[in-house]
Order: sequence, then structure tokens, then C-alpha cells
Amino acid sequence: MSAPVILSRRRALAGSGALILSFAALPPALAQNAQPRNGGTPASAAPPLPGDLKKSPLLDSWIRIDANGAITVFTGKAELGQGIKTAFLQIAAEQLEVNLDQLTLVTADTGRTPNEGFTAGSHSLQDSGTAIMNAAAQVRQILLEQAAQRAGVPAEQMKTENAAVVAPDGRRFGYGELVSGEILHVRAAPKSPLKDPQAYRVMNHSIGRVDIPAKVTGGAAYVQDMRLPGMVHGRIVRPPSYGAKLASIDAAAVEKMPGVLKVVRDGNFLGVIAEREFLAIEAMRALAAAARWQETAKLPDANKLPDMLMGLPAQDITVLDNRQPGAGGGKALEATYSRPYLVHGSIGPSCAVAHLDNGALTVWTHTQGVFPDRDAIADMLRMPKEQVRCIHVEGSGCYGHNGADDAAADAALLARALPGRPVRVQWMREQEHAWEPFGPAMVVKVKATLDAGGSIADWDYAVWSNSHSGRPGPAGALLAARDLEEPFAPPPPKPLPMPEGGGDRNSVPLYQLPSAHVIYHFLPTMPLRVSALRALGAPMNIFAIESFMDELAAEAGADPVEFRLKHLKDGRAREVISTAADRFGWAARPRSAGSRPSGRGYGFAFARYKNLAAYCALACEVDVEHHTGRARMVRAVAAVDAGQVVNPDGLANPIEGGILQSMSWTLFESVTFDQSRITSVDWATYPALRFSAVPDAMEVHIINRPGLPFLGAGEAGQGPSAAALGNAIADATGRRLRDLPLSRERIRTALAS
Amino acid sequence: MRVIGYLIGLCLVVALGVAIFAFAARRPAIALIEVPWAGSFAPDLARRGAELAAIGNCDVCHTIPGGKPFAGGRAVPTPFGTIFSTNITPDRDTGIGRWSEAAFQRAMRQGVRRDGQYLYPAFPYDHFTLVSDDDDRALYAFLMTQPAEHAIAPHNQLPFPLNIRLLMYGWNLLFLREGPYHADAARSDEQNRGAYLTEGLGHCGACHTPRDFAGAERTSKKLAGGETEGWTAYALDASSPAPVPWTAEALGHYLQHGFDAAHGVARGPMAEVAQDLRSVNADDVRAIAAYVAAQRRSGSAPAKPPTRQIDTEDQRGKAPAPNSADSQAGVLSKDEAKSGANQEGARLYAAACAGCHEGPRATPYGGVDLARSSGVTGPSARNLVNVLLYGLPAAEAARSPIMPGFAATMNDRQVVALATYLRARFSDKPAWNDVENTVREARRAERAATTRPAPSEEAVPPATQRTSSNETER
Amino acid sequence: MRLNVNGKTHEIDADPRTPLLYVLREDLQLNAAKFGCGLGQCGACTVLVDGEAVFSCVTPIVLLANKQVVTLEGLGSIDNPAPIQRAFMAEQAAQCGYCIAGMMMRAQALLQKNPHAADAEIRAALQPNLCRCGTHMRILRAVRRAAQTMQLAQAGAPR
Repeated sequence: MSAPVILSRRRALAGSGALILSFAALPPALAQNAQPRNGGTPASAAPPLPGDLKKSPLLDSWIRIDANGAITVFTGKAELGQGIKTAFLQIAAEQLEVNLDQLTLVTADTGRTPNEGFTAGSHSLQDSGTAIMNAAAQVRQILLEQAAQRAGVPAEQMKTENAAVVAPDGRRFGYGELVSGEILHVRAAPKSPLKDPQAYRVMNHSIGRVDIPAKVTGGAAYVQDMRLPGMVHGRIVRPPSYGAKLASIDAAAVEKMPGVLKVVRDGNFLGVIAEREFLAIEAMRALAAAARWQETAKLPDANKLPDMLMGLPAQDITVLDNRQPGAGGGKALEATYSRPYLVHGSIGPSCAVAHLDNGALTVWTHTQGVFPDRDAIADMLRMPKEQVRCIHVEGSGCYGHNGADDAAADAALLARALPGRPVRVQWMREQEHAWEPFGPAMVVKVKATLDAGGSIADWDYAVWSNSHSGRPGPAGALLAARDLEEPFAPPPPKPLPMPEGGGDRNSVPLYQLPSAHVIYHFLPTMPLRVSALRALGAPMNIFAIESFMDELAAEAGADPVEFRLKHLKDGRAREVISTAADRFGWAARPRSAGSRPSGRGYGFAFARYKNLAAYCALACEVDVEHHTGRARMVRAVAAVDAGQVVNPDGLANPIEGGILQSMSWTLFESVTFDQSRITSVDWATYPALRFSAVPDAMEVHIINRPGLPFLGAGEAGQGPSAAALGNAIADATGRRLRDLPLSRERIRTALAS
Repeated sequence: MRVIGYLIGLCLVVALGVAIFAFAARRPAIALIEVPWAGSFAPDLARRGAELAAIGNCDVCHTIPGGKPFAGGRAVPTPFGTIFSTNITPDRDTGIGRWSEAAFQRAMRQGVRRDGQYLYPAFPYDHFTLVSDDDDRALYAFLMTQPAEHAIAPHNQLPFPLNIRLLMYGWNLLFLREGPYHADAARSDEQNRGAYLTEGLGHCGACHTPRDFAGAERTSKKLAGGETEGWTAYALDASSPAPVPWTAEALGHYLQHGFDAAHGVARGPMAEVAQDLRSVNADDVRAIAAYVAAQRRSGSAPAKPPTRQIDTEDQRGKAPAPNSADSQAGVLSKDEAKSGANQEGARLYAAACAGCHEGPRATPYGGVDLARSSGVTGPSARNLVNVLLYGLPAAEAARSPIMPGFAATMNDRQVVALATYLRARFSDKPAWNDVENTVREARRAERAATTRPAPSEEAVPPATQRTSSNETER
Repeated sequence: MRLNVNGKTHEIDADPRTPLLYVLREDLQLNAAKFGCGLGQCGACTVLVDGEAVFSCVTPIVLLANKQVVTLEGLGSIDNPAPIQRAFMAEQAAQCGYCIAGMMMRAQALLQKNPHAADAEIRAALQPNLCRCGTHMRILRAVRRAAQTMQLAQAGAPR
């Protein structure tokens, strides 16, 4: 990599498989350095810094040590419930050779931490974890060398333990006394003296999560728990539908309600601030009743989503084209798959606290991206960015771009209306359900032919989807900003580039396909508000690909697992598949209807998230009650390869969670709407997984790869879960269902046909 | 001596009577057959049977909640004791797998088991007797193609002498009008169809008709109201308490969705009926609705138009709850204003109910309009009290109203005050009698008073009609 | 009005229609019971009232005179955790953790009445509570674990 290499998108994708393999073959230390981010190509001659050290190359952006020995670790990523606080503490403790309780971790804060963009895409360990690991190792080395100098002993003879460097004669130099001036204010080096994984004391150990004790004993843990001196309570009155205009509002009665401090109106933005929370809710209700709206929204026919999507104007993006002439010709199969709009449905509706104090605005928010949200809010308020600070405080699981950024903007607007008082804005359940940006509805059409040997000869895949990202940056991405008297227009949607992708994420199978064509019909027209939902286009694409693989396997008369292995060269992929199959007992599963309890079925699925991140394979057993069409996952066995494991239990947790979350999407969930309004506004109108449908048993088997790069695993389970379920239901019923959700009614209808 | 002679004579006569009775009552066993192969039944026939079984609500009685469909074992409380439903899966040993079609039809038509024993009319053969031969055949085909489950029902809990099945011979003599249904030339086709389904498989009268001391339906008071498992089954004839008169259209919607905007939500056993009727073709449901709606014009009480002005349109974005001061002042009539109970009831309503029941979420999910609910206008407070205490639980995988129950946080006095207030505020009917007792009974009732999730649409459109070039069928 | 929470009586100055949830969080600064929907649909607000699990978000405080309210904070603390809290920590039964306090209270109500509750009963008891992160398997494990501890305690065995 001696000269800048500019790869065309096509060439990059055609060769991306080779690029990744070669990185994986490098020795661990170098492999860290060569990790591409966002599929970007190294553009400079110098070897790139590992992880997000690229963005923040100074060591003391990541690790600070005070004269009294207090060690602070900084990350631009946010704890979303995925356990990264703990993982990062483990990594830093390991490389610095200290105990976890000797560290303080500061997460995403525009005033204090590096800018690592969004905590999204399963990048936290890959980008931030890698940066922290390398920074910590290099800091330790610097301290070692400092101590060596003072001791007059070669550095190799010094060792570190318990936040001190120890000389051969036993002299101890505490980390605190070693730092002086700017010795950590240096640029990171591309290579780090990382600890040998065999010597790990803390990494690759299931250390208990540092945030759980407070959460199970009523400690303050969430932005919802914040109580600042003088804090007041705000509520927003949202319009009844997209684009509705506030025709009139007589706020006089509400303003007179005791305890109401202010009614805020700016164009179509309407909010109220009160001394106490229940007062704010009642004031909001009264304000909503007094408001008259002009509605103009025209929503599409919810019963005809796939046709609607395929009829929208599209920007065609060729994701892969290595069609070989004459490849088709064998037995051909085709299928169409679809999914509806889905909500994030965070159990805690979005919340933020904002405080405008002497011209400086601070916003405490659970946004996934404090820097972009800060920029957007500053633009919206027409304030200089330096005057706005966004600090991440945990919210409930967001699973992507939910209402958090918007709640932050709402709080900022109300805080501006009441300078000097911190204002807490809490969204209502109905507001979160109706106004959060949904996971987009998608359609997939896939065609393939098998050769005489039963292998895939030709593959043609098309996916239709809106954008999977409507995040700030631009102020117009914020709901409130669109409603202001001087509104900000929503930014035109742009597709996320591969190899990460948006709707096309995971649209390219990892399988060996001698001739393949993959096209993404990117749909800029968005009838419903959409943005990133966990794993973006991957769950749908994996559902489609893995369902179709089963359909092809059946056509070829092959076992689903064998069929997949037949088409895979990637050793790590093969191993997760074999592990899951073996631990499940796949080969021994009863095949014929007579040998198994009635209604039982077995399904299998595999994917490598983004073809770049963690590998996951899942085998499951399902029970379908013919009479009611009720499908229940009985048992699931997953295998995961996420590279070097930091916290095994912490890795298993979101995998289990992802499997169940995806099961809920797959069996139960869809946004409903009529001609003008969203009608799924709470848990009664948007049913989701409850305990009655939880499986009897679930296992997650982790394949640790010591020394190999961290692979993001937070979104690795969703795709395989949806597909394994679909395959199991097909096995149980003899009917293939291709439209999500796989509801009771659809299963009953399919069984009756 | 003569006394003893008379006594002996009397005993002989009684013994002779019993012997004649027993001789007349006996029914032969129908021979066991080999379990028929499921593939021997035409799929169309079995599908038709599935629909009929849905109308007949077979799965509800013959399934333990959360258990295997049709495997029986569900406790059916009656005034005479508890009867447990039987396993009607085609299991060889514990189900009806070895029943011939003739045995099945005899059970439906005459209430006699395969082995010749009488069935108790908790199994409503007094209605199912109307089912035609063809429909019995379809039902048989459906049941025989269900998964077989090995399950034995618990013994019935009936006191002596009710546990002597032979007595049902006498009951049948008095009360069973054997079918099948014969069309009434005076009725339209739809009304005949509706009558056939309602009086037959639908067995609506089993709950909605009052019963006499012997537990038989009072045929002169057809559909004049009854009760079941701790719930009032409202009168469907002219004495219907619904504030808005039921039209056929509203009934049809209610039957298939468990809800109608002008009425309310199905919450007790009707929730299960509506759940089943979801899968029945619209024509049959319409016929049932048309027939039942026509009953409103018959019956002992003359039809009365409602005296309150009720808006029949569903309103969205309704005004929020007035604050407590307003609600008290505006609502209490001058007689009631002094009553402490109603002041408490008003306070409770404003605090615990108004937030949802006068909120902006669309009905039925956001709280039904209490002014349109039979729960408030009906003859007994029981249904309302059941819902107040136990709420409406979330349904799995279905859009369904969810309401919290207040059993843990309201004491009896508070429940009585609230129920009394709701009656006064949302209806023009006289106050209920003895609400205290109703509340006590509702609390005491075991599963009986438990509300079921009220079903509604599944949140997805029907399966798309696109066909693909490969349907993998096994 | 007077409210008894976690064994202490508090003088609360709030509209009697105020749902208990807001009084707990705002007046008493208790964090565990959470706002998830305000509609009695998700259970994040679950607390105990006289030993029964209730949705504090739809329970106006006017109903709570002379009743004992217990929140998660009333069961134990970090330094002295209750069996249910120990169990949830041991099983690491949380992802975002927002639903967990409500889950624990719902489970506590069940186990207080019946520490021998079978798996099916535990699932049925937790049905009113939602978890969006998919932590269900661990939650069940944690409740079973707490049940065992409470069974032993009931039997008088040393902890």
C-alpha cells in the first residue's frame, strides 16, 4: 500500500473478499492496523492508525492520568445496553495493567471525548475498542519508559502492575507520579505493544457489567432519572399526522393552569413547560384539545406495501455484477420476499434534559451520536456549535435511530424559551410509536439457477428500500426543526455506501456464486418517516437469502446445512455453521412427519453481518399449531465468531437478545396506518413479544479467536433468527411464507390452501 | 299390616317405573372402528368442518387455556357442579379416534356417547341437534384430521343423583327437540341460514337464554338474556339493554372483531367467540347477525328507543378529562349530589378512568365510550365489575385493547362507588341492586371472572396473492 | 395525603389523581419504577401494593391511603441486595436494563406468594411486562434462581 489506491465501487466490491481475507491472514498486530473502516480505502502513504485513533490520534484524547494517579478513559461511543462500558474498561484495564475500579470511563460528550460519530453498525468494539486498546498499550509503554529513565534501568527490565511501574530492585513508580507536562499529548503510533492474549487476566473474561448493580437496585442510571436543581418538566404536542399545520391554538386557558410556566409555540411546534411532571402531562392534554390542525398527509395503502414500493421512483445502484454469459440454463427458481415498516419501540420513550445557561446550551440525551445531534441542534437554534454541548446519558435500548435526537431538539427549544432552568422533556408512548423514524418496509426479488450438480450457477437479486438513515447532521433531520415557523427542510436521503450499505446491507451473499448480479433500488420518496433500525437492511436481506437458500436446497434435494457448506469457502463461516448444527443435533433431527411431534419443524440460517463483522449461525426448532396458526420457537442454538472476545457473557447477551428481538419482528410486528395517520400508537395496537412466546431453551456458543480483530456482534443475530424461523415454519407446515411478519393469520391461510 | 302392604306395593311400582325407565333409556353402543387415516378425508370437507367448528366454538370448551386444541379437560362450571370437557382429538385411546361418523352424529343429534351413555347438556346437544347431516360429516372430517393428543379429562364433579347419566333420558324427554333444522318458508334464505347457525352450531341461547330449575333453556324467553361463568350474557331480543340498538351490521362487525364502535368490546366468553368467528366466512357471520338483529323485534318487552342522545360515530381526539372539580359539578344530578358514594365514585372515575376513557386514542384501544357500553346499562353490574377488577390482559400476537385491573388497589367499597357512579353517569337506568354482593362474588370467582384478551384484527394485511414459481409442498 | 412507601410514611402534597409513578419518581426521588407507556401495557412501572403487583402509572394515589407500597428500593440495596436482586446480578439479566426493575417486582410478587412457582407460572406471571431487548431467557433464569434462594429461606436453611 505504497501509493493511494482509488478503487471504483465495482472493483472494490468485486475484490473486497480478497482484501478482507488478506487482512485476516496478517499477524495480529498488523491486522489491527490494516482494519478498514466503513470500507474506506487507505488514502495516505503512512500506515493508518488502528480503529478510531485515525480520527483522534492523540493518546490523551483516550487516556488521561492525573498527578494523583486517577486514570480516565474516554470514548466517543455510548452505552446503549450493549455492555461496551464494561468491555472498554476491561480492554483499558488489561492493557494498562490496572484493576477496573482504578478506572473512570467517560462516554460520548461533545465537550470531553473524541468524535466517533454514531454508536451504530456494531462498530464500537472495532473502532473505539481498538483505539482504546492501542492507546492504553502505548500509554503503558510511555510510562514504562519514563520510569525506566528515572530508575536508570533498561525499559525491558521494568514491569507494570497495579497502576505502577516496578523496577527490578522493587522501586515503584505510581502512574500518577510518572506523568508530567504533556507526555501523553502525543500522536499514537501505528503499532502497539499489545499484551499477549494468552496472558489476559481481564479481557476474554465474563466480568460482571459495571452498570447492572445500579440498575437492579434503583440507582440513577438513565437520562430519565436525572434531577437537576430547578429542573422543570416539558411536554410536546405533536401534530396528528405528517406535515400537519397548526391552524389555531388558544393557549390562554392552559397558560393559566396553576404550575404551568410557559406555552411555547413556534410555527407548528407546540410545547408546554410546568413545574411538575403530572401537571405538564395534563397541560399537554389540554393544549392538544385546544389545538386545531390542518392535515394533508396521504399515506399509501398499508395492504399493498410491496407493490407500492416497487412502483416508487428508484435510484438503481449496482451492488455486484459479475454475471457470466451462459451461466443460467439449469433449473430456475424465483421468489419475492417482503417486510413491513417496523418500530424501534424503545421501552422507555425518548427523553432529554436541556439547560440554557448564560448563552451556553447543554443537552443530556441518549442519542447515538452526540456530535451530529449537537451540530443539528446548533444549526436549528442558529447558535455557534461551540455554545452547544451534548452529553450522552443512557436511555432505554434504542435499536438505532429512535426519537432520542428529536427529544433532544425538543428539550433545546423549550430550554431556549426558559433560560436558566433545566427543562426535561419526556415523550409519551403514543408519540414515540407514531413519530419515531421506522425501519423501512422492503421488497426483495431473487432468482437463481442450479447446475446439474445441484450447485448455484447463477444468482440475480434485487432489493427495494427507502433510506436506512435519516440521522442528523442536517437540522432538517430533526422533527422539531421541520415544524418551526422558519422550518428546516428534511435533507434529501442519500444511500449509505457499501460495503456497509443501507437497504443493501448483506445483499451480497457470502456464498460462492459463479455468476451473480445484485441491484439495490434505492427509493428516495419516503411516504413514512424512516431511518436506521438495528442492522438496517441486513435482517431482511438475510431473511430473503437464507429462505431462498433453503428453497434451492429443497430443489436440489440437499440438506440445508450441507447445501450451505457446499457453497462456502470461508473457514470461519464453515466453523460457525458446523458448530451450530452439531450443538443443535441437526443431523439427528427427525425428518419425516411421523417421527416427530405434529407441528414441529426445524430451520437453519447463517450470515456474516455486513460480510465484514461477526459470523452467526442459528438452528431452531419451531412448533406450529395448525388450528390457530400460532408459531412458537421452542429451542434455538447459535454459534458466533466475533474475533477476539472481550467479555464472553457480554457477547452472548446481545446475541440472545438479537435472536428474540428478531423473532418478535418476524412473528408479530408491523406498523399500521390508515389514509392519513399512523394507527399503531401503543402496545395494544402494536403487539410484540411477551413471555408466552419465549422459547424453552436457547444456547449461544462462542468461538473465540485470540488476537484477531474485534468483529462487531451487536447486530449479528437478527438476520439468521428471522430466516431460521421462516425455514423452520416452512419445514413444519410444508408451506413457504415470504411476507413478514409470519403472522398466525398468514400461517393459517397458507395451511388452508 | 295394610300400611306395610301399601308400602311394598309402592316400592314395587317405583321399582317397576325405574325398570321401565332404565329399559327405555338405554342406548346401544356403536362399535369401535379403526382410527381413520387423515388422508381419507377430502381437504375441502375438512376445511368446511373447520369453519363450522369455529361457529360452534368447539375449541373453546374442549381446550384448556394454553393447552392442546381439542384435547379437553376444561372445567365448565354449571349450577349443578363442574363438568370437564372431553378429548375430541382423534386419539385412539383417550379421544374420539375410534368413533365412527355415525357415533359422532348421534352425539351431536341426540346427546348420546359412542358407548351408549348419555352426555350432559353442558355439551349443548340441544342446539347441535339442529346441525344437518352434511355439516356433521364435515365436522367429523375436521376433527379426524386434527393432531391426536393423549389426554384424559378429570372426572366430573356432580353430586348424587346427578352423576347418574341415565337421568338425562328424562331430561331429554322433557327438553330435547331433536333436529335437524328444517327451513321455515316464512323466513328469507338469509334468515333461515341465520336461524340454522344461531340456534344450531352457534348455540347462542346456551348463554343468552335464561334457564329453568332443571337447567334447560326457557324456550318462551329465547335470547332474553342469561349468564355464564360469572358473566352476564345480555338479552338479544327486544329487552336488549344496549344504549344504541344493535343493527345487523354492527353485530356482524362485533362478532368478527370483538368490538363495535357503537357498543364496546367483547371481554368475557364473547371474546373467545369473536376470536373463532374471525376465521368464518363473512356470509355466514352476516346471516347470524341478521337473524340475531331480527330477534330484537320479538320478545316480551316492547322495543324502546334510547332516551339519551348517543353519537353513533367514533370520535377521535376527544376532549381530555375535565379536572376533578368540573366532573363532580357537571355530572351529579341534584338528587345524587348529596350522596357520598357518588362523590367518591366521581373522584375515582376522574382519577383512574378518565385519562384513558376520555383520551384521544382511538377506540377500542384507548378505552371504550362508557355511554355506549352494555356493561353500564345491563341488568347486572357483574360484567362491569369483572372488568374493573381484572382489566383486559394483553393478547399474544394480536391488536387488542389492554386495560389494567384494579382488584389490588380498589377495595370493595371503592368498586361499588365507582360502579354506581358509572351507572348513574353513563346510563338512564335505575341503580343496580346489591352491587356489594356482586363485587364480593366477582372477587371470589376463580377462573370464571377472569377476563380474556379481547381480540381484534391482527396487525397485518391478508397474505398477498402473488404466486411464485415454486411452492415447496411436501 | 399520607403514603406508605417502603415502610416509611410520607406526607405527599399532590393532586390525588396523580399516578403513583410520578409521586415515586418526583416527590420521593425513587428511580426504579419507570415510565414506559403510562397506559398499563408494559410493566416498567410495576411496584407492589399490599403484596400485589400493580402498574404504578395507572394507579392514582387516591387509591393508596392505608396501603403499603413497596418499590425495588424497598427490597434491598447494592450493599444488601435482596434475593431477587442478587439473582439478577448473578445471571447478568439485563441489557439496557430499563424493564428490569418492573420485571423484578412482578416476579417478587409471585415468589412472595409462592416461591415454588413452576416455570409455566413464572412465564404467565411476567406476561404483563415487556422487554424489547430480548433478555427474556436470562430474566427467567434469574427468577428461577431467586425462587430457589427464597425456597431455602422459607425452609429455614442458612443463606
